[in-house]
Amino acid sequence: MAQALNLADFQREPGAKVACLVVAVLLSVFALYVVSETYSATMQLHMYLIMAFCYAAAFWLMTRSNEKPAQVNADGTPNYNEAVVRYGVAASTIWGVVGFIAGLYIALQLAFPALNLDLPFTTFGRVRPLHTSAVIFAFGGNVLLAASFYVVQRTCRARLAGDIAPWFVFWGYQLFIVLAATGYLFGVTQSKEYAEPEWYVDLWLTAVWVTYLLVFLATLWKRSAPHIYVANWFFLAFIITIAMLHVGNNLAIPVSLTCPQSVIVWAGVQEAMIQLWYGHNAVGFFLTAGFLAIMYYFIPKQANRPVYSYRLSIIHFWSLIFLYIWAGPHHLHFTALPDWAQTLGMTFSIMLWMPSWGGLMTLSGAWDKLRTDPVLRMMFVSVAFYGMSTFEGPVMSIKAVNSLSHYTDWTIGHVHSGALGWVGYISFGALYCLVPMLWRTPLYSKRLVEWHFWISTIGIVLYMVAMWFAGITQGLMWRAYDALGFLQYSFGETVEVLHPYYLVRAIGGLLFVIGSIIMAYNLYMTARQGRVPAEARSRDVAGDHIGDAGAVPAE
Amino acid sequence: MTYEQLYTWAGSYGLLFLFILFLVSVAYALWPSNKTKFDSAAQQPLQDDDLGQ
Amino acid sequence: MQMSHAIFERNSIILLIGVLITVAIGGIVEIVPLFLIKNTIERVEGMRPYTPLELAGRQIYLREGCYTCHSQMIRSLRSEVDRYGHYSLAAESMYDHPFQWGSKRTGPDLARVGGKYSDEWHQVHMKNPRNVVPNSIMPGYAFLSEEVLETEEIKDLIKAHRMTGVPYDDEMVENALADLKAQANPDSDYDDLLNRYGEKVSVRDFAGDGPKVTELDALIAYLQMLGTLVDTDVYGIEAKLQQ
Repeated sequence: MAQALNLADFQREPGAKVACLVVAVLLSVFALYVVSETYSATMQLHMYLIMAFCYAAAFWLMTRSNEKPAQVNADGTPNYNEAVVRYGVAASTIWGVVGFIAGLYIALQLAFPALNLDLPFTTFGRVRPLHTSAVIFAFGGNVLLAASFYVVQRTCRARLAGDIAPWFVFWGYQLFIVLAATGYLFGVTQSKEYAEPEWYVDLWLTAVWVTYLLVFLATLWKRSAPHIYVANWFFLAFIITIAMLHVGNNLAIPVSLTCPQSVIVWAGVQEAMIQLWYGHNAVGFFLTAGFLAIMYYFIPKQANRPVYSYRLSIIHFWSLIFLYIWAGPHHLHFTALPDWAQTLGMTFSIMLWMPSWGGLMTLSGAWDKLRTDPVLRMMFVSVAFYGMSTFEGPVMSIKAVNSLSHYTDWTIGHVHSGALGWVGYISFGALYCLVPMLWRTPLYSKRLVEWHFWISTIGIVLYMVAMWFAGITQGLMWRAYDALGFLQYSFGETVEVLHPYYLVRAIGGLLFVIGSIIMAYNLYMTARQGRVPAEARSRDVAGDHIGDAGAVPAE
Repeated sequence: MTYEQLYTWAGSYGLLFLFILFLVSVAYALWPSNKTKFDSAAQQPLQDDDLGQ
Repeated sequence: MQMSHAIFERNSIILLIGVLITVAIGGIVEIVPLFLIKNTIERVEGMRPYTPLELAGRQIYLREGCYTCHSQMIRSLRSEVDRYGHYSLAAESMYDHPFQWGSKRTGPDLARVGGKYSDEWHQVHMKNPRNVVPNSIMPGYAFLSEEVLETEEIKDLIKAHRMTGVPYDDEMVENALADLKAQANPDSDYDDLLNRYGEKVSVRDFAGDGPKVTELDALIAYLQMLGTLVDTDVYGIEAKLQQ
């Protein structure tokens, strides 16, 4: 079996190298054609970026040594590909800070509209998608990329499959982020929430994502460990489901090959449903499954004890796969779902949340570690936030609650308790674990982690409380009637009253940003004091063919 | 096959199929003889001989 | 028992397919109400495709990310109907690629903003919202009145919409640019435009800036027609209201 499966291990044969070069050249020619034909300056910029990417890739391919990376080290341990993980860690840290600052900026715009500057590319409407994409896809996505590449190698006890492919995934994904972000600022957007990038950016991401899936799968195939550790199940579900959602939700007809705009094939009610299907499951499989994978590896790792119950984690996985979909209709309240369906959705949501306590119970008998290890505490608190927001979600879907909370800042607060608390903290935890492991050195400063933890926790609490009050206040004012039966408040009055809450929210956001900068500094100093182990490479033996990359132990 | 037929199928047999699959996976997770396998799998993240742990 | 699941565990491709099937089946059931709704979509009079100028304005609306603060979906709640007008009918967004229902109301709902304010109000409001609404926190969009509308792709844009099922006919596609210019110029010969899109189409100098067609012309043309196509008096408001 190992023989056949090694075919998928994109060994850097000269053939693969030439093929990549040809693709790069063809793509750059196409980009040049678009540059000469399009009327859109943004598309020109994007095509120049793609050309630059192609040329850099070609240069890299041609100058790269022909030595193949060894599959195992001299001492018989797998020769892990850690370089790409290090890049992923650095990218997530940088994008994270950028994305949080963008969020702080738009939060301040809501408190002080003059900050929109009345320039086209600094208005709230253009920066807000930049913020959401930067934190979800640039920060979260890179954390998932780095963590999945690390975890799959370590738990499979095998080197990451491919040599060119993982680098294409990493740099291709960064290019996607840059194309998407500059597109928003210059007004190239599909205007679909959380799926704003235009058609050619979507196509690029599809190519990157399929390669990602192949690299991940091929690594699973060449594993020498007997089992596929449960974290990899979550990663795999995340990668494949996101591929499906991305393609389904973004089906569009480009206006022309040289026009950045496209027309989505769905319309009106149908599209609303597709968008909800995308949104609900993107939360379920990107922001939940992916980061649960991180939890199932890094909490046991940091606590240095196995997960509390591996069985519970298997049940957790299948619950997520089977139940999450069925908890979906809570987004569809306007279709007049019967009450029992709502109750069912709520029950499922809680059932989804229960197994994650298995992650917390990993610490049972070692609770004192929470006091002494701030990294572990951060991840522990993230699971608590996960529980909280998966509980709040179904509550908000109850019709009576939803009619008040929908369209208000309550929703924003809810999203951020999950985003800052769960996704943010589990990601920070993973980064704090990864950097010392990758650079072979203890963390630069535990004290700074303490500071990060407390500053951003206060920030999150301020944020959430402010948004609860803002949301409920505005929701109540929208529906308030005076004694004569007229609406009591103009819309403007309901905006004015939010000003203090928006201020508090911005302060909360500022604290979160400060925390993340402390983290970035701490991680940078850790990496600086550490060392990067040399990567073993074996000579490219003539006649060496794919089948005998050898060193991969048979299953 | 129209969408509505697909829907009816997905909502009945599809759902039943998924539910059975779910029961199978829960049974698998709780099956007594699988315990040793799971115990060894649970150790996988902790075995990093090159990180000095 | 052990065997059956060992397949999943040992063979990741089957695990992968298993996950895909599960999620796909769930998806079918989840997306379904959409097609049921399609069958029960209200039969309404008056829906027509956007005119080229309105469509171009809609593209500006999309480009500026207006959906991040404005919804276009009036729910069937008394307070919403009192504030914004008749609740939104499913049919009213049938030609919206993409839909713009939105998820947040930092500003008011715009589903029926058409005709609520004068063109002059919009002109001032777009330049600096606080000149007409003192407590507004909306950004100013003064640059819209300076940018001449990009019309190079309007024909292809309408073609692409036709491919997704919006009923534009050959004449509408062929005359897209002429129709666009005619609608923004009351001195033009706009009879053909009205023949194609209906007598109710407004022909005005929306931005009040003379013969040139700016992005502001297009955006105001779009805003002024929002929610005006269907005569909602025909549908009993009380029938479906909650609370």
